[in-house]
Amino acid sequence: MFGRLNLDALPKDPITIGGALTMVVVGIVLVGLLFYFKKWKWLWKNWLTSVDPKKIGVMYLIVAGVMLIRGLADAGMMRGQQALDTHGFLTPDHFQQIFSAHGTIMIFFVAMGLIFGLLNLIVPLQIGARDVAFPFLNSTSFWLYIAGFLLVNVSLVIGDFSAAGWLAYPPLSEVQYSPGVGIDYWIWSLQIAGVGSLLSGINFFVTILKMRAPGMTLMKMPIFIWSVLGSMSLVVFAFPILTATLAMLSLDRLVGMHFFTSGGGGNPMMYVNLIWAWGHPEVYILVLPAFGIFSEVVAAFSGKRLFGYTSMVWAIVAITFLSFTVWLHHFFTMGAGADVNAFFGLMTMVIAIPTGVKVFNWIFTMYRGRVRFKTPMLWFMGFVVTFTLGGLAGVMLSVPPADFQFHNSLFLVAHFHTMIIGGVVFGMFAGYAYWFPKFTGFTLNERLGKIAFWFWLVGFLTAFIPLYILGFMGATRRLDHYDPSIGWQGLFIVAAVGVGLICVGVGFQVLQLIISIVKRNENRVSSDPWNGRTLEWSTHTPIPEYNFARIPVVHERDDFWEQKQSGKSIRRPITDIWLPKNTAVGLFIGGFAFLVGFGATWHMVWLAVVGVIGVITSIVVRISSDETEEKLSVRDIEKREDHTTKKRQYV
Amino acid sequence: MSGRIMNRKVKLGLIVLLAVAIIGLAFVLLRGANVAVLNPAGTIADQERTLIIIAVLLGLVVVIPVFIMLFTIAWKYREGSKKKVRYEPNWGNNHVIEAVWWGIPCIIIGILGVIMWKATSDLDPFKPIDSSVKPVKVQVVALQWKWLFLYPDQHVASLNMLPLPVNTPVNFEITSDAPMNSFWIPNLSGQIYAMSGMSTKLHIVADRTGDYKGSSANISGEGFADMAFSAHVTSKQDFDSWVRSASHSLEVMDTMSYQVLAQPSKANVPKTYRLGQDDLYDTILMKYMTPETQNKKQPSSTNMQGMDMSNKEMN
Repeated sequence: MFGRLNLDALPKDPITIGGALTMVVVGIVLVGLLFYFKKWKWLWKNWLTSVDPKKIGVMYLIVAGVMLIRGLADAGMMRGQQALDTHGFLTPDHFQQIFSAHGTIMIFFVAMGLIFGLLNLIVPLQIGARDVAFPFLNSTSFWLYIAGFLLVNVSLVIGDFSAAGWLAYPPLSEVQYSPGVGIDYWIWSLQIAGVGSLLSGINFFVTILKMRAPGMTLMKMPIFIWSVLGSMSLVVFAFPILTATLAMLSLDRLVGMHFFTSGGGGNPMMYVNLIWAWGHPEVYILVLPAFGIFSEVVAAFSGKRLFGYTSMVWAIVAITFLSFTVWLHHFFTMGAGADVNAFFGLMTMVIAIPTGVKVFNWIFTMYRGRVRFKTPMLWFMGFVVTFTLGGLAGVMLSVPPADFQFHNSLFLVAHFHTMIIGGVVFGMFAGYAYWFPKFTGFTLNERLGKIAFWFWLVGFLTAFIPLYILGFMGATRRLDHYDPSIGWQGLFIVAAVGVGLICVGVGFQVLQLIISIVKRNENRVSSDPWNGRTLEWSTHTPIPEYNFARIPVVHERDDFWEQKQSGKSIRRPITDIWLPKNTAVGLFIGGFAFLVGFGATWHMVWLAVVGVIGVITSIVVRISSDETEEKLSVRDIEKREDHTTKKRQYV
Repeated sequence: MSGRIMNRKVKLGLIVLLAVAIIGLAFVLLRGANVAVLNPAGTIADQERTLIIIAVLLGLVVVIPVFIMLFTIAWKYREGSKKKVRYEPNWGNNHVIEAVWWGIPCIIIGILGVIMWKATSDLDPFKPIDSSVKPVKVQVVALQWKWLFLYPDQHVASLNMLPLPVNTPVNFEITSDAPMNSFWIPNLSGQIYAMSGMSTKLHIVADRTGDYKGSSANISGEGFADMAFSAHVTSKQDFDSWVRSASHSLEVMDTMSYQVLAQPSKANVPKTYRLGQDDLYDTILMKYMTPETQNKKQPSSTNMQGMDMSNKEMN
């Protein structure tokens, strides 16, 4: 009945019990509060069943934010383990679960969550659309992401998580060496969240190609949209590889097949190739939208056109294509021939060219501009500094014989954290501060934002410069202990202090959000607080659910800016608007998918079968229901528009 | 006004103090440390260091101008600047400037690409080293969680220690009877993976005697952090005398004792053996070659006689 699930699955050591209890208590408190304030109906109607991308986006951001804090706690434990004492306070197995969870969470549930959250909020607005192409699919993607998120967090309480690193190379991840449920939790949480990501990728890809406002030709799209188009086409091509690879690994584990086992004709090297054929594009899936955000931010805060728009577009296109030609640089050390290694080394260097061009173009956007150093601009400056240094480390790693000395060392760890924190995370924070007032009507507290920035930047440098040095000293990643005579501890202590500073930065960000909400009346702004350039700033704040009462007609790049310059704006007349109705089917699909994952992890076949039947039934119910949209008549829209305009006059 | 100047002086003082503190800290932390990658004790590691330095220098040709431009332009065109600067909100492209920064990175990558391509084939780990000295052959087996080194020509073996003669080419053949590992002695050369059923190669020459730390750079399970070993590079005479003493060792490394050793264990003390079976390495490799042997290896099982488990379900 319960497969391999029994009471032994509950946590035993005090640290895990603490983590599990905290999570359970927070969950109970949240549920209790919802009952106490009788907010269930509000939550269900306005959020959980909503298909409005603006709401789905906010839900993504909240979940990703929560996971960021969990990932950061994992990072703190890892740094603590290596700094406190050479034998630390965690058992090897626990330490290995922590770094595996840290990587998995940060990439799949923080970075991807932040990206899709932001895309949901910004993409439709910026292309002058009312919704994404497939609103129901969008909700389904979100709930699949939540199912994956739940599986990862349930593993903290029931059973344990993978201890094989965030990419779980076989044969270590095969039953032979990892018979427990950890790897299965890892497989199924990624498998389910990955399908969600793929569906989102298709959704945004189609949205951008088919739903742009009239007149917005490809070369008039904002650069953020271009970067998202690049990123989403990578999702569409790369995520099926992940799905297939994980499926093969789970077949190995569940039914004794031999895709990646070391014997029986299996080939672990095939897994390494496949996982990186997804994994390298994944890096660009994350970083391209961040590039897009910086392009918007630097142009808006310089009060000037983005420098070299055409170059930027071609750079994005080049990066998109090239990102599929470099995966082998993740394993130059696997014994490929010299020419194979050299080819992939060269492609890796070539991808630095368009990236470098983008950096120069951003810097030149400020040239002859009028640069306002608001928080988003600080994140931009921090990004250029860290990203350039990380890029230098990347060029060093791209030379195969040099990589032999850096591979899997802390130098490598420092390099990719520089790219992901300096690039993706700083980009998301810039976007957060930049677009926040569009959705709330008030800005974030500038002072606290700047303090948070400095803690993040200094903390980041303090945490990762020692890791670069440790890499040169021959320190490999993922060590739960090391020889005390080797002289690494001092640097590990410095790195731990750095993580502490980052935590302070995060604390200031939480404080910033709370204070900004509490004192929101002091920071009220118009619907266009930064003198923006793109269409999202042209609609009201708060944004109506239909985004634009009249669909804008686009004539220029940065059309809203041009309209403000010329004083002319052409818009189509108000017509009836059809909006998708709320639906809980996406939520049910996510719930059943969770059952599939949980059942497969614990070998509870009946539960997995129930889940599969549930998913299929939900889909059938959805495709056979007719009235999925409701009409908003011209009169209703006019009424609302009048109301918002009047309300704004009084504020 | 004077207050502001004071303020500036205080700020400048703080920055200087901070810089001194950082340099002091770096000095304390790095004094006497072995920065292995930059402190090679062998030709291969030495050439790899040179390559790293070339890559950094070429990279700096781009990085330094980026930093200078970033800060000067941001400062010059900041809002509220006292100086009068041009403001051209609609200026957005200049083909000459753009050609420059498509061009310069292309040239740099072109130069680095040529150097890289040549170095990649020169430093191919599979390529034997030209030398008049007869090389020593060492077969490396990564186990759960220790390193076994077999010297088939000398008929000796060692565990978690790697004695090597100085100025003599060493030909490593590397495999694993465990999850994937990576064999790395940063002072001597870069790393290469150790994988079951496969044999990778690495060729090095040590040109300085000494003890150099080696490790596994790829996670291979619970005892992975204990997979550290020491490479003892000694004179030819010392190496020969070690071989002599090892070949009189009472402990013999052959299929039987290997099977016991291959069981998972952590933090094994270094040991030397007489090698009782010269083709032990091939036997270990062949374990993974035929489908029937697949399920025989059960790491949890301590009963080595219970080998007929091939039909037993793994889960």
